Amino acid sequence: MFVDVVSWAAAALILLAAAVIMTERDWRVNLGALGAQYLAAFWLITRHLPFIIGSAKLITGWMVIAILGITRSGAENFEEDESSGLPRDRFFGFVFAGIALLVSAGASLRIEALIPGLEIPVIAGSLLLIITGILQLGITSDLLRALIGLLSMLAGFEVIYAAVENSVLVAGLLAIVNLGLALVGAYLLLAGSLPAQPAGDEP
Amino acid sequence: MSAPVIWILFPFLLGILILFLPKQYAFALGGGAAALLALTALFFPIDTALLVGTLSVKIAVSVKVFGRSFILNPADGLLLTFIYGIAALWFFGVFAPNAQNRFVGLGLMIISLLVASIAVEPFLYAALLLEIAAMLAIPLLVPLYQKAGRGIVRFLIYQTLAMPFILFAGWMLTGVEASPADLSATTSSGVILLLGFSFLLGVFPLYNWIPMLLEESSPYASGFLIWALSTFSAIFALGFLNRYLWLHTSPQFSSAFIYAGVFMAVSAGVFSATQKHLGRILGYAAIFEMGLIVLALGLQSNNAVSLIFLLLIPRGLELTVWALALSILKREAYSLTFSETRGLARKYPLTVFALAAAHLSTVGMPLLAGFPSRLGLWQALAAYPLSLSFFVFLGTAGILTAAARALAVLLMADENAAWSVNESWTHIAMLSIGAAGLFLLGFFPQIQQSLLDELPALFERLAR
Repeated sequence: MFVDVVSWAAAALILLAAAVIMTERDWRVNLGALGAQYLAAFWLITRHLPFIIGSAKLITGWMVIAILGITRSGAENFEEDESSGLPRDRFFGFVFAGIALLVSAGASLRIEALIPGLEIPVIAGSLLLIITGILQLGITSDLLRALIGLLSMLAGFEVIYAAVENSVLVAGLLAIVNLGLALVGAYLLLAGSLPAQPAGDEP
Repeated sequence: MSAPVIWILFPFLLGILILFLPKQYAFALGGGAAALLALTALFFPIDTALLVGTLSVKIAVSVKVFGRSFILNPADGLLLTFIYGIAALWFFGVFAPNAQNRFVGLGLMIISLLVASIAVEPFLYAALLLEIAAMLAIPLLVPLYQKAGRGIVRFLIYQTLAMPFILFAGWMLTGVEASPADLSATTSSGVILLLGFSFLLGVFPLYNWIPMLLEESSPYASGFLIWALSTFSAIFALGFLNRYLWLHTSPQFSSAFIYAGVFMAVSAGVFSATQKHLGRILGYAAIFEMGLIVLALGLQSNNAVSLIFLLLIPRGLELTVWALALSILKREAYSLTFSETRGLARKYPLTVFALAAAHLSTVGMPLLAGFPSRLGLWQALAAYPLSLSFFVFLGTAGILTAAARALAVLLMADENAAWSVNESWTHIAMLSIGAAGLFLLGFFPQIQQSLLDELPALFERLAR
């Protein structure tokens, strides 16, 4: 009973953090909300995988946040790129979070019927992460926000995939993918900061 | 010594080492190592005892990592020869276009990861390795002094989205195999799988990152990435269809592949004809060829696997020559727009000749490398409604129009401009070898015959 309550609380935390990511402009708050999502995802993953693998995923997630946070705070003259004319209003953020909630609520029971034994809070939490991550990718052209969307989506996938695949190699490769995304993101955030073109490189 | 150590671990570690070497050593070491690996794969069969002097040497098939196997079978030998052979061309070509210092090191690491993707068991994990390889390509495409463009971000997003779809579809398909009567699970897994491959193979409209990338980044690095990723994605897709044969025999899936491929080919052809940037034209031509490969994946024919390899083999050479030529022109023109490259044929005649040969080979012009595969494709399409052939022809006409426009611009110099050869000796040597290769494969297509006889054995259920 207690475990179920915590699982539902984790799903609720994911929704709350997703709403914050979609509505808040401050990158510090967004990375903090992503950290909360990783915490919730950790709990949902440990419903199907050993605690130690869940912990490894949590630590990886927080390392990802540290890499992105350190890079973003160190990047001078960083300009947010939101020139696409996409909706940026807080109202739209809440609308998108509401859409994610409705879709997750509708799809969770069907997926539970399709793949028995997954547990509804796990499915709901996973779907919320995936849907809000993809929505975030769709409404932003800013690199850091796109990366946060991508990482949210990936965390959601890891939650549901943990229930069906328990290979250590997969867990390791997924950790490499997460860290790789953070490092690549950090590289792209820094790209353009060097003033001169090194000799011998192509124009 | 095991095959995965030789063709995966060794090049990966060498790639890391090469990152710290100056470029003049990097290209020689990287290109030499890739050529050596190709020759080793050709002359030292895997899992066969060979006598070297008094020593008996046998390359083992597999190696275990965290309880999962990486397996390179004897049938993989020719595939490794093909992959490392083309990779060697790319790495030797680095000397000519002044690409970034890290191209060879990162390129070798990417190739080794992609080879790991065909060796890993269960083969589904290949999706993860393809994603890691794609991430490794980012520093290759964006130098630190250049701001990341939208093409690179889209590339990263699409490649990352492909991975979860394919992994999850793979898991669902295992369940479908156990209970094939479950139509709901079959449909769900099929839709998820098609979504994953749409992202991976760049099905319309998910290929928009390719022309953007070729406009924003170095054409040589982008060309290498497009060749490597699309080749291995196609091989991965073949592996998938070989494993789940019912997907290939299902009329719905077959139609999905055919129509997706035709739509890619026709849209890329039409868009290509309207471009005013030589890099973007290369991007659309690469998409056009990928469309033909996706189309061939859906063909219900015993020769489909041979046809796919017949498309893949000259494609490696075409892209190498084309990207090399564009890199040389970019050094002179800075931007590859029509207005900037106007009349460059008089200054770089050999470069423009090689570029035209690669472009026309993509169209399938007779006596060039792309012609035999187009002939095979038209023959296979004869069994399908005429409308399919018409749309593929429309795409081909678009690519041909783009070739005519590009050539017209490159030749459109002032009346008094003199002809001169400004390419360096290394440029001339590389372009001559590449262009000669394109003509050689067109005049004597039987050179590929041994590869085409052996490679389909990798996917024996499909080829049967």
